[in-house]
Amino acid sequence: MTTETKGRYGKFGGQFVPETLMTALQELETAYEEAQQDPAFSKELDYYLKEFVGRETPLFFAERLTKHAGGAKIYLKREDLNHTGAHKINNSLGQALLAIRMGKKKIVAETGAGQHGVATATACALLGLECVVFMGKEDIRRQELNVFRMELLGTNVVSVDKGSGTLKDAVNEALRYWVSNVEDTHYILGSALGPHPFPQIVRDFQRVIGDETRKQIVEHEGRLPDAVVACIGGGSNAIGMFHPFVDDQDVKLYGVEAAGSGISTGKHAAAIAGKQEGVLHGAYMYVLQDDDGFIQEAHSISAGLDYPAVGPEHCHLADIKRVQYDSVTDQQALEAVQVLSRVEGIIPALESAHAVYYAVQLAKEMKEDELLVICLSGRGDKDMQTVRDALGGQSV
Amino acid sequence: MTKKLVTQAIMQCNEQGNKAFVPYIMAGDGGLQTLKKTILFLQEAGATAIEVGIPFSDPVADGDVIQQAGERALAEGITLRKIMKELASFREEVKIPLVIMTYLNPVLSYGLQSIAADCEASGVYGLIVPDLPLEESGLLKEALKNSDVALIQLVSLTSPAERIEAIAKAAEGFIYAVTVNGITGVRSSFTEGLEGHLERLKAASSVPVLAGFGISTPEHVRTLGGLADGVIVGSAIVTALHEGDYEKVRTLINASKNQLTNS
Repeated sequence: MTTETKGRYGKFGGQFVPETLMTALQELETAYEEAQQDPAFSKELDYYLKEFVGRETPLFFAERLTKHAGGAKIYLKREDLNHTGAHKINNSLGQALLAIRMGKKKIVAETGAGQHGVATATACALLGLECVVFMGKEDIRRQELNVFRMELLGTNVVSVDKGSGTLKDAVNEALRYWVSNVEDTHYILGSALGPHPFPQIVRDFQRVIGDETRKQIVEHEGRLPDAVVACIGGGSNAIGMFHPFVDDQDVKLYGVEAAGSGISTGKHAAAIAGKQEGVLHGAYMYVLQDDDGFIQEAHSISAGLDYPAVGPEHCHLADIKRVQYDSVTDQQALEAVQVLSRVEGIIPALESAHAVYYAVQLAKEMKEDELLVICLSGRGDKDMQTVRDALGGQSV
Repeated sequence: MTKKLVTQAIMQCNEQGNKAFVPYIMAGDGGLQTLKKTILFLQEAGATAIEVGIPFSDPVADGDVIQQAGERALAEGITLRKIMKELASFREEVKIPLVIMTYLNPVLSYGLQSIAADCEASGVYGLIVPDLPLEESGLLKEALKNSDVALIQLVSLTSPAERIEAIAKAAEGFIYAVTVNGITGVRSSFTEGLEGHLERLKAASSVPVLAGFGISTPEHVRTLGGLADGVIVGSAIVTALHEGDYEKVRTLINASKNQLTNS
């Protein structure tokens, strides 16, 4: 599929949205270009990232995990230590400041795990913006406490019971809300997805992860890493981590999709593994779908990876083979939650645990003097009920 | 290969002193076997053309009524392929043009190679793809190039003047003027700037302009029809057909008749 439009990553990306949104997207593009040129904008964002979010986040040498794996030296990029517990706040704050620049006082967002919803609710509370968050009914059940957190932060959380009641349906509803309120509302999309310019904006606000990592690994080791691993739902933490390394051909990049119950069962969220191209939520991407082009439900124990497509830039990086994409099952992720908790005293989010599991396997095959960085995108507090239930209530 | 069959149907209707009335139906709502009956009823009741909606898993431009109708159709196992085949089976009995409204992904999945020929074989002379703005329309337009199937573009209230010009210039069949900022569904009122908007649109366009989204009463049909070359009525028709209220459908269609054209 080829067209001449901007916002393309190879054949992926584009702007497949209702006409009513086109003007808003063009406004956003212009506003973002202006903000990028304005030193005052990055100064303000940097201020909040440092003083409010607590950046920079450490790049921690995981000595005991390294021993456990028995191979490469493993470092953890501690995005879990950000205020609100995940990388999502980097983007929410950036976009909230952008909304203010555009004179929009209202924010709409979708959320899967609740992390993006909480981050956006937080940014809106900080900056005095009105906020409505759409969340799938099934996700609300899985992430009850995150709903309460958002409400405590003054956000109106709306339950979406259409479709599978997960992230995809929440995005549908957020898009419908945005179409209907486009004149005074900005949509803070939470992942590197959606119509141009969202994939670019989200990547740019998340690339602080990779920029810091690059600097920090050189401080620690005097050189760049040999491998970098991140989990992929829509792909925002991964694109933010990978982007500054894309031109360093010696740094191998690995994206880890959610294999759910296993790729062969059909109950998974591994869109790149599925290899079918299509259009969802404004972009041409790899999308889980049936033979008639209907989008299929994704399946993952982790609500944040439970999305049937992968952001367009990742699709392109997969196509040109710059990033290797593999997948990890629910069971393997659960195992990694326990391992990292016990050997490092860090309880990872189920999303990030996919990257941890993969990285441990990868490290085993690497040499002891090689360096591997895991993007630990979020902390696991939100998942305690899910993990406990999945482990059958038994003591681990 | 003229792409003008839909245009001609609307203009002919206008020449007879009527406004065009294009009802939207959700194909397969009530089962695939009802499609023929519904289309023939609407033809007999005086529809100018019929917009045949294809159900989709993620209909982001649609409100509750059409979403629910789509879910009912999906539950019946309805797909674009099945609908095309069914339409072809009674094609000879349909004298008015059909227009298919579908999101892009089912079309991509159907195959761009065969879409134009299959549309013609099914009496479909227009495609409306709500998630395909002008900038992305090249590929589908290319696929329809040597056919009678028009790619119908939407214009919204938020489209600025230069965009309206560009869309009008590229327009085929008719222009679908979205009359609200929002998704499909019944509304009680419309914005004040609508009249000027539709006037500008008509001035810029060489094809007819039909108003749609939120039109649900005979008064709406008269008022908005009066400002444009005709109307598209979706949710109100879908609801009436679902409830078996054929009289309501006739009342809505009749409201478009015997209106003095202002062109």
